[in-house]
Amino acid sequence: MDVQTWTFIIVGGTFALYIGIAIWSKASTTGDFYIAGRGVHPVVNGMATGADWMSAASFISMAGLISFMGYDGAVYLMGWTGGYVLLALLLAPYLRKFGKFTVPDFVGDRYYSNTARIVAVLCAVFVSFTYVAGQMRGVGVVFSRFLEVDINTGVAIGMAIVFFYAVLGGMKGITYTQAAQYCVLIFAYLVPAIFISILLTDHLIPQIGFGGALAGEIGSQIAGGENIKLMDKLNQLNTELGFAEYTSGKKSMLDVLCITGALMAGTAGLPHVIVRFYTVPKVRDARRSVGWALFFIALLYTTAPAVAAFARTNLIEAVSGASYAKVEGEKSIPQWFKTWEDTGLLAWVDKNSDGKVQYVAGDALAGKPSFTDQRGAHGERVVSNPNPDTANELYVDRDIIVLANPEIAQLPAWVIALVAAGGLAAALSTAAGLLLVVSTSISHDLLKRVFVPSITEKQELLAARVAAGVAVLIAGYFGINPPGFVAQVVAFAFGLACSSFFPAIILGIFVKRANREGVVSGMLAGIVFTAAYIIYFKFMGGTPDQFWFGISPEGIGALGMLLNFAVAFVVSRFTPPPPQEVQEMVEHIRVPVGAKAPTGMH
Amino acid sequence: MTDSEEARSARHTQEVADRYWKRNLRLLLILLAVWWAVSYGAGILWVDALDEYTIPGTGFKLGFWFAQQGSIYVFVVLIFLYTRLMNKLDREFDVHED
Repeated sequence: MDVQTWTFIIVGGTFALYIGIAIWSKASTTGDFYIAGRGVHPVVNGMATGADWMSAASFISMAGLISFMGYDGAVYLMGWTGGYVLLALLLAPYLRKFGKFTVPDFVGDRYYSNTARIVAVLCAVFVSFTYVAGQMRGVGVVFSRFLEVDINTGVAIGMAIVFFYAVLGGMKGITYTQAAQYCVLIFAYLVPAIFISILLTDHLIPQIGFGGALAGEIGSQIAGGENIKLMDKLNQLNTELGFAEYTSGKKSMLDVLCITGALMAGTAGLPHVIVRFYTVPKVRDARRSVGWALFFIALLYTTAPAVAAFARTNLIEAVSGASYAKVEGEKSIPQWFKTWEDTGLLAWVDKNSDGKVQYVAGDALAGKPSFTDQRGAHGERVVSNPNPDTANELYVDRDIIVLANPEIAQLPAWVIALVAAGGLAAALSTAAGLLLVVSTSISHDLLKRVFVPSITEKQELLAARVAAGVAVLIAGYFGINPPGFVAQVVAFAFGLACSSFFPAIILGIFVKRANREGVVSGMLAGIVFTAAYIIYFKFMGGTPDQFWFGISPEGIGALGMLLNFAVAFVVSRFTPPPPQEVQEMVEHIRVPVGAKAPTGMH
Repeated sequence: MTDSEEARSARHTQEVADRYWKRNLRLLLILLAVWWAVSYGAGILWVDALDEYTIPGTGFKLGFWFAQQGSIYVFVVLIFLYTRLMNKLDREFDVHED
């Protein structure tokens, strides 16, 4: 069977599974819809959190990013996992004990203020929409690449699926579908990684092969009879071609510290992640569940840097100095090169007209390749925007590292189909989790808690479903007409989560004296500072040499967070303490005993 | 015979709650110190010094390994360790659930 048929079978099969789960786990109360009736087993919740957290970007782009960043890629690896330690130790158990439905619930109740609640709602909705636009686009891209349908049709199919299980099942439907999606995506990620590890290092486990010597079918060819470690060879290849050594970075240490800090605190402050720990039955389940979530995430996150190193070594060896056309007795480019050139993820410009691929440091093209319809002297696709300032002839899109892996390793067609299903699972699961946050924010935080407190359970559930439906449509719209700034606003999502929610929640639990005046002014200071810095550098033409102490907009959230803490602390000192009942509530959430039994009541 | 949760809650004095909270904070500080040391410390601040060493039998420079692998393993262990120790602490102070 060919790749196309396999893809239809596997993707179709997984979609049928998701729909089946949605019908089986239909939500009947707002408790089901918002927090799955608090009946989710901690391990299942861990899997669901893994799928919720790992987006299309984690699955498709991250290994590629690391592959080209080398050591600096660690900011993503540590930043997007280290936040779970903060979540487990500082947030999840206490928020579970608090026992309401959402993050704005906590902020609004703890700071006895609807202003604080509404600020929290706006942040939650903004952060979630920022993210979800990218996911819908990701669904479209996977569809168009593997099933040869139009990107927009792909987005529409993705919307229909998410609409079905998010609107019908709410959190309950989403949780069990996400657990299934986790299994699909991790299997799809590990299978090619294991095969590549065997081919390059003869080790079954990529994390070990990563540190091993070059061996195996492809590895021994690369080593050329030498006994050399993969990492040493990779450093050597990088240096020879004029790139930085793979194991050393280019970013300043302060910037690396700030980005890692912003991503960690941002992760711990993202509403769609936090709300997952409201769904387990007990406080101790919340603790354990974060452990499982990170375990499941770590399976992918420790494999990704191994895949990155394997792919980089293999890529350089396979293409550097290879002639594009087949020449007898000379090294020529592998078959997959042309396949991916056809999709536009690779491009080659023969700048020195020697017919060979010269891959060195520097951008080969001015931006993304813009192909003309012509073919060049050697049969390559002609690009109209070469960058004349560098000698580099090769453009490589970072997504290729994961997408082309199975082909590079010459794996069977079903594995390629599996990668398509995995990418879709990653994108759909994240999209669903985010859409639920949006719908809950509207129906629960705004309607029930602020504007129409008299709303009945049934009406609230209906409002939640309608809000989820509308959110899917808006997300789909952004997927079909992506605003040009999606990539830029991801920095926003983390920066905002880290400079607003994270300090507000931490102070709410650990500092009894933190009051409404302090935390609201802290949140506003953090948000305004972070947003101003990001907007200046991303949208108003600020240049990197103007960065404060070399801190990039991705890392500025860390400073915004410190500012938030400082302002909240000082203002709280000089304003009246929180009312007695709020102080008692803080005492109450600090001990596990007395957590409410599973209930749909408010 | 088991107490009702309300009865147990009521028995708790402020003093016990404060001691429980202090012990909890001490545990948090120790675990967060490890969290900080493996990521910000070994993975970022001391990375150049640690890169002088290679993990025996592998091609990993030590600092690089902490940044891309080791810190993540430690994070997972830390959370499960915390869960275990907190469950013990909850029982010791009789504030556990059911």
